[in-house]
Amino acid sequence: MNSIGNQPCIKSVKLCLSHVPNLVRHGSKPQREIDAHPETLDEILRAARSFEDAAAYPPHQAFIGNLTPEDLEEIARPWHSKPLVNASPIGPDGLIVEEGPLLCLTAATDPFNLLRLDPQYIGRHREVLSTAEWFTKDDFDALGDGTPQETLNELVKSRGALPLLEKDELIGCVENGHSEDSSLGREIVLENLMAKSSAVLALRMLSGVEERGTDIDYVMGCGEEAVGDRYQRGGGNLAKAVAEHSWCSNATGSDIKAFCCAPNHAIVIGAALVASGLYKNVAVIGGGSLAKLGMKFQGHLRNGMPILEDVLASVAVLIGEDDGFSPVIDLESVGRHTVAAGSSPQAIAEALILEPLASKGLGILDVDRYATELHDPDITEPQGSGNTPLANYRVLASLAVQRKEISREEIPDFVGRFGMPGFSPTQGHIASAVPFLGHACRSLTSGEANHTMFYAKGSLFLGRMTEMSDGMSFILSRNTNAKKRQKG
Amino acid sequence: MTELSGKCVIAIGERDGIPGPAIAEVVRSAGAREVVSFTQCFV
Repeated sequence: MNSIGNQPCIKSVKLCLSHVPNLVRHGSKPQREIDAHPETLDEILRAARSFEDAAAYPPHQAFIGNLTPEDLEEIARPWHSKPLVNASPIGPDGLIVEEGPLLCLTAATDPFNLLRLDPQYIGRHREVLSTAEWFTKDDFDALGDGTPQETLNELVKSRGALPLLEKDELIGCVENGHSEDSSLGREIVLENLMAKSSAVLALRMLSGVEERGTDIDYVMGCGEEAVGDRYQRGGGNLAKAVAEHSWCSNATGSDIKAFCCAPNHAIVIGAALVASGLYKNVAVIGGGSLAKLGMKFQGHLRNGMPILEDVLASVAVLIGEDDGFSPVIDLESVGRHTVAAGSSPQAIAEALILEPLASKGLGILDVDRYATELHDPDITEPQGSGNTPLANYRVLASLAVQRKEISREEIPDFVGRFGMPGFSPTQGHIASAVPFLGHACRSLTSGEANHTMFYAKGSLFLGRMTEMSDGMSFILSRNTNAKKRQKG
Repeated sequence: MTELSGKCVIAIGERDGIPGPAIAEVVRSAGAREVVSFTQCFV
């Protein structure tokens, strides 16, 4: 029993990918390059992947739980040239959806009708939507028949709306949220709407169309979007907006902002809220990052690859009271990166890894697996950004060498045993450790693992308010009550 | 080996590598003058 109070558990995890090849042009880097060199758009369109290719991409299959990280490790890179045969877009941890259905969900959950879609475009996706468990009759009613082409053209030409194109066909538009407020400009509105709808998708999958999330008391957002108008840019609470559209009628919520390590902060705070008894069920949600679509596209084009940053990733995690089965978040071994800790990789790793392990009397080798920055190297290496998870696992291994838990020669074996290949799209906060949650929950219940550590870093210095980094870690452990129950 | 003493240095650090301020500290100790230092995140 955790001495802090009710033992908080991770009861369910959903990880979703939305394949949005026609939104890549609205990513920050592609948009800047298209503005400077308009011919870039054609290159981007020619390098787009089909939905089938995106669904069969091995890292995406690992993301939704159809492949384990070990399975992925066995597939020789580059993974984009090794599509899985008969890959399903549905996995134990989530699903992969197409652009059209997601845009329909976005429009259906947009109370200000800022994102409008063409009637024929909606018609092309009605059949898929009618069989989707995450899209309801109420959504069809909210979606309506769409906006005629003449009106869409008028909004684009006369009202400054952002055209939404499928290749070069006008399929919709996004209006400015206010005529004089750049914080509600059309690009920002699109970015926030996509963060919202992708998070709604994940939370709906988590809460379930039958149960409808009515037992969720609190929703915490951990995304990197900034919702608000000119007087409170980034004022936020996308969490409550997502809760509203995910049937969580008894929930309130708030957003946690901490760059890429916000999911870990939110999970720890959510666990503390459950442990305190204030709430019974807390959902942590994060929507996808439109700005990061196509971030490395130049490297992909240079290497003759398809553009791999063509998905919005989203996550929803349900934290609840001990059910005698689900893996436990140990609040006595939370790793914090304090102001005084320092920002070198070693200082961060010591704060996030060694200190919490020491508090439990554990060594590095006593944890079965470490989940950290799980960025897909197929995406990052062609643009010269290296293999992020491998770099982090080498830092961890060097700590183990310093502590004499392993020898220098054992570093490669250590990385293979305790680490894993990156399998997350470069979606900022989403890539930071949480994609392993589904795999970890399985290995901590039906598998052999006893402890998994999740550690993530945040690049606070990017906001120009401090030169510091940030980080947060927690250990997810096998529920010992489950063991007792089996013995009994 | 490059002689840093008396040189001006722009230190560009990386989140998963060495942060800019740490590089700047090293080059200062080697007698160089830090012009600017910052850290980038490439993911």
